[in-house]
Amino acid sequence: MADVLKKVPVREQDPKVRATNFEEVCYGYNKEEAMEEAARCIHCKNAKCVSGCPVNIDIPEFIKEVKEGNFEEAYQTISKSSALPAICGRVCPQESQCEGKCIRGIKGEPISIGKLERFVADWARENGIKPTPAAEMNGHKVAVIGSGPAGLTCAGDLAKLGYEVTIFEALHKAGGVLSYGIPEFRLPKDKVVAAEIENVKSLGVKIETNVIIGKSVTIDELLQEEGFEAVFIGSGAGLPMFMGIPGENANGVFSANEYLTRNNLMKAFREDYMTPIHHGQKVAVVGGGNVAMDAARTALRLGAEVYIVYRRGEEELPARKEEVHHAKEEGIQFHLLCNPTEILVDDNGWVKGMRCIRMELGEPDASGRRRPVEIPGSEFELEVDTVIMSLGTSPNPLISSTTIGLDTNRRKCIVADEETGQTSKEGVFAGGDAVTGAATVILAMGAGKAAAKGIHEFIMGKK
Amino acid sequence: MYKILNADKLAANIYRMVVEAPWVAKHCQPGQFIIAKMNEEGERIPLTICDYDREAGIITIVFQPVGASTMEMAELQTGDAFEDFVGPLGQPSEFVHEDLEELKKKRILFVAGGVGTAPVYPQVKWLHERGIQADAIIGAKTKDLVILEDEFKAVCNLYVTTDDGSYQRKGMVTQAIKDLTAEGKQYDICVAIGPMIMMKFVCQLTKELGIPTIVSMNPIMVDGTGMCGACRLNVGGEVKFACVDGPEFDGHLVDFDLAMERQKMYKTEEGRALLKLQEGDTHHGGCGHCGGDK
Repeated sequence: MADVLKKVPVREQDPKVRATNFEEVCYGYNKEEAMEEAARCIHCKNAKCVSGCPVNIDIPEFIKEVKEGNFEEAYQTISKSSALPAICGRVCPQESQCEGKCIRGIKGEPISIGKLERFVADWARENGIKPTPAAEMNGHKVAVIGSGPAGLTCAGDLAKLGYEVTIFEALHKAGGVLSYGIPEFRLPKDKVVAAEIENVKSLGVKIETNVIIGKSVTIDELLQEEGFEAVFIGSGAGLPMFMGIPGENANGVFSANEYLTRNNLMKAFREDYMTPIHHGQKVAVVGGGNVAMDAARTALRLGAEVYIVYRRGEEELPARKEEVHHAKEEGIQFHLLCNPTEILVDDNGWVKGMRCIRMELGEPDASGRRRPVEIPGSEFELEVDTVIMSLGTSPNPLISSTTIGLDTNRRKCIVADEETGQTSKEGVFAGGDAVTGAATVILAMGAGKAAAKGIHEFIMGKK
Repeated sequence: MYKILNADKLAANIYRMVVEAPWVAKHCQPGQFIIAKMNEEGERIPLTICDYDREAGIITIVFQPVGASTMEMAELQTGDAFEDFVGPLGQPSEFVHEDLEELKKKRILFVAGGVGTAPVYPQVKWLHERGIQADAIIGAKTKDLVILEDEFKAVCNLYVTTDDGSYQRKGMVTQAIKDLTAEGKQYDICVAIGPMIMMKFVCQLTKELGIPTIVSMNPIMVDGTGMCGACRLNVGGEVKFACVDGPEFDGHLVDFDLAMERQKMYKTEEGRALLKLQEGDTHHGGCGHCGGDK
């Protein structure tokens, strides 16, 4: 019998092998492993894990069903709270959410809630189990802008309540960051993302791709001419930031968004797809978040030697521990406490290196993290032919600038009530990264859920 | 799917397609563009809107095959369809927002080069519909490559110039600008659209002549909505994204040399894709990159 203080280990692809392919790293649990892990849960009466989950899944209940081998019941329990369990089970930072609150985690390792959720969702998909649609339609129309995690969740919840929901998506494929941002090796596109989007569609949600709100049609037109009674804005934070250092426009410098979009959405890594991607030999990824890890591990799989360049230390890396661990296993090299000051360009306009300066940590700044300070005279050159900037993103001002009466704050984020998603404009709700700035998939889902409730109350209250 | 209602050839290597795209047709303005994608494996290709009909819900695009994707696109026939077709993207031409009475006082010169003739058309047409007759220069390499001549004649004062002198005036568009101004023509603004090298030389000249000049930039794009920065340019020392801030900019502020370097970024990849397309199953490593017969 396994050690009850430890998680049942999860099978993974060998680091040396996976560094050369885009197949999923983690294989997930099988039935026996899932039931064994579920048996570790002590089913707390006042379960802390539930409060750690932004969409409050009834975790002890679904785990109880897994323990007994009732996987379909487990799936229906999760579905009451989450529209995208196969995705969340894979990409949520469980260590700081549900698993971070697990009582088992005090003395040993917490229950592997994420891996169990993933197992249940994968099992349901493989066995053709779908979420239950609304018994009847209520005759009200709602428009959802953006098909990322916030939009899909909001649309799914409203559809279950009987609303006729249309999602408008600017790109040619639904999913938002799930499709263009998070790579195949963490989140398989056809198997998982497309399947979960099909589940949302099976609830009756219509998805119109290739429609850019603010350009193809405005929010005011949706409300006044197209017959929608409410609009949810889940347009995310997709505008990349650059550093503003010399050489940044040289050939071979990309935003992580561009690099990942080419590879994930346009499938540039595949021979049979037309979109090209630059195959660097020595690649520097600037930044320390999940997106930086994704870009670095993608470049590695495309055949490069890869460095992460981050201005703070290991402890401050904002990426998930699991992803940093995976990146190191695969051979990504970390240049910590180090910041670029200039990108060096050759005569043909291509990157030939990056000048960096070493940093040390000073006093904590407004964000509570210790502020990195340059060490004078510590400049050095890193020989690279490709630089990927992964410094974060901010909301695209397209929607806010074309919608009359929609307030934004200093950071271009839409101002919305946390409980209901209500914005400064009647009938218009918002949530996810468009409101908070770049955050996590599950927080966006939580905001989508809250707004669905807010929209339901708004429309029902009008009568 | 976005149906192609009509596909025809305007010149040896220039194709025109009328596409059913109601969302785009509803709101597009002169100066804006679309992104088309042929099929699942296809690239997203940015193309400037050449004409539109709001009631019919249709958009006309004109393009010149330059790589594997556009060559494949040229094969599409009337009745075929694009899997994806999205827009309108980018900012409309500035004059769309200007006071009409003020605009009427302006003497406007359009300079079109090659396939760049197409995006100039909706601009002169828009002005003509509001009673403003602009001058336009169409430049082409040779007689057979002059496109949309009749369409232009109907909506502006047209001057055609061919590099080899096989039709109308002889020489580059810059020569025509010099000639027209030497003949006593005066302009308050110039709008130049064509290959980057042409726009660069037009801007050098108009700077000397003191004519403010707008150019429409055509850098590499992916999404076209501002989320990646592939299309970034240096305009007056600032980084701009052509897809959301442009594509039209003050030509006297654009760093053309940088823009032209960036345009070449995928040259080898493009060449490889082109060879693969042309040689098909007979491709045995002639591109020098693919490692030969796989």
